[in-house]
Amino acid sequence: MASSRERVVVVGAGQAAAWAVRTLRKESFAGEIVLVGAEPHPPYERPPLSKAVLTGEAAPESTHLVSTAALQELDVVFTPGRRAEALDRTAGTVTLDDGQSLAYDQLLLTTGARPRRLGLPGEDQAPVLYLRDIEDCLAIRAALQPGRRVIVIGGGLIGLEVAGAASTLGCAVTVVEAGDRLMARVVGPEISEHFARLHADHGATLVTAVLPERFETAGDGVRVVCRDGSRFDGDLVVVGVGVVPNAELAAEAGLTVDNGIWVDDQGRTDDSRIFAAGDVTNHLNPLLGRRLRLETWQNAQNQAVAVAKAMCGQDVTYAEVPWGWSDQLGANLQILGAPDAWSAPVTRGAPDSGSFSVFYLGDGRIEAVNAVNAPRDIAVARRLMAGNVAVDPAQLADTDVPLRKLLG
Amino acid sequence: MSNETVTWHRVAKRDEVGDGDPLGVQVGDTLIGLYLLDGEIHALSNVCSHEFAVLTDGFVNGDCIECPLHAAEFDIRTGKALSPPADEDIATYPVKIEGDEIFVGLSDA
Repeated sequence: MASSRERVVVVGAGQAAAWAVRTLRKESFAGEIVLVGAEPHPPYERPPLSKAVLTGEAAPESTHLVSTAALQELDVVFTPGRRAEALDRTAGTVTLDDGQSLAYDQLLLTTGARPRRLGLPGEDQAPVLYLRDIEDCLAIRAALQPGRRVIVIGGGLIGLEVAGAASTLGCAVTVVEAGDRLMARVVGPEISEHFARLHADHGATLVTAVLPERFETAGDGVRVVCRDGSRFDGDLVVVGVGVVPNAELAAEAGLTVDNGIWVDDQGRTDDSRIFAAGDVTNHLNPLLGRRLRLETWQNAQNQAVAVAKAMCGQDVTYAEVPWGWSDQLGANLQILGAPDAWSAPVTRGAPDSGSFSVFYLGDGRIEAVNAVNAPRDIAVARRLMAGNVAVDPAQLADTDVPLRKLLG
Repeated sequence: MSNETVTWHRVAKRDEVGDGDPLGVQVGDTLIGLYLLDGEIHALSNVCSHEFAVLTDGFVNGDCIECPLHAAEFDIRTGKALSPPADEDIATYPVKIEGDEIFVGLSDA
């Protein structure tokens, strides 16, 4: 179909896509927008799927970011339930799984990520569940009946949020983590310890430094057999061991892909007509001076907003201190920064009070903050970090000194 | 300011609200945030319009309050939503000061 209007095709209809199409229209992009998503739902936010939707406190629809009707109002042609199977950069077309070919002037890839599968022997026969989309969430929710024995493999954010929800719902929870401590990729040891205590206090059994080797099915139940011979019996297993970026479409089209699609600080790939945003990107962060791939709500929203502006020709830079949060057993954990190491910890507030922050320092600057029920510390620290402000550890630790005083 | 349709509620002492140090109060079921800006007290709904979060737990950034959960910003004077993820404004309430007491006016309707 010939058209004189410029056309943007967006592949992947998650949170990043929603913010991108909204922003394109807000910035007066008048061309066609076609949004293709593999899921049957309009774009939605995933964080509640391991929190309030999982415990049943919130309805799945409450996660929707933009309704189908609102997409129509934005003059976005929304094609749910379709996957893009091929990208032809020379022709400037994307081919969908129903054979439809979509020509683009600019292409935005917001294909996200998928759970990393264990792929262990016996897995297919056993009740082993993964969490990524609404259907996964509802399946796990249905399985979290009081008294059931739930084995969570992976003591990261998703695993622990599922563990917390399961404990809350009256399940008997065992968390099996391969590393030495919980959430080691995203928080410091002080926080791992605090949350280990919290989960134990709510009845969970936590086992670290154990690698599952195979699943055995026993009646309706499942046995997780580990490499060191230890075994755990349960009624179901939920796995949260990280994600794999959905970068195949980009890789097959010859774009640079290495732990995500490589983009610059405007979300541009090495093809100037093709952009990417959200979980799937391995992007340059000018504040950190290095590349990283993030799986956060913040990145899905704000990188997409910046990239959409860049697609409109604006000279923007996506440069933010990485930030994320988790809610477990009534504790709100906020995480700022993506440090190489958890060095020189300074604790502000008493961990026993349930509200405290740990600042990790390097070169007299804050490199990361982990705050438990202390959101205001995060707001100030974000500014101290973005401004590269030197801090005095004694002042950070002194709760009599309001943190905002450090902003000068 | 007309007050014929509101009832005034005494909610706090004047010195309980500081610069950059807002105070959350409650009248019935209504959560209200009190802010001091350029010597004047402002009262806003204390619940973010995006998702449930108590705004006075957040950070005062100039004339704005930043939500503690997702960093959406609202204008303290007008309640206007200024940044994502919020796109809905929050309510503002009339304020009067008598002596060292802060009163907030809530609609009778």
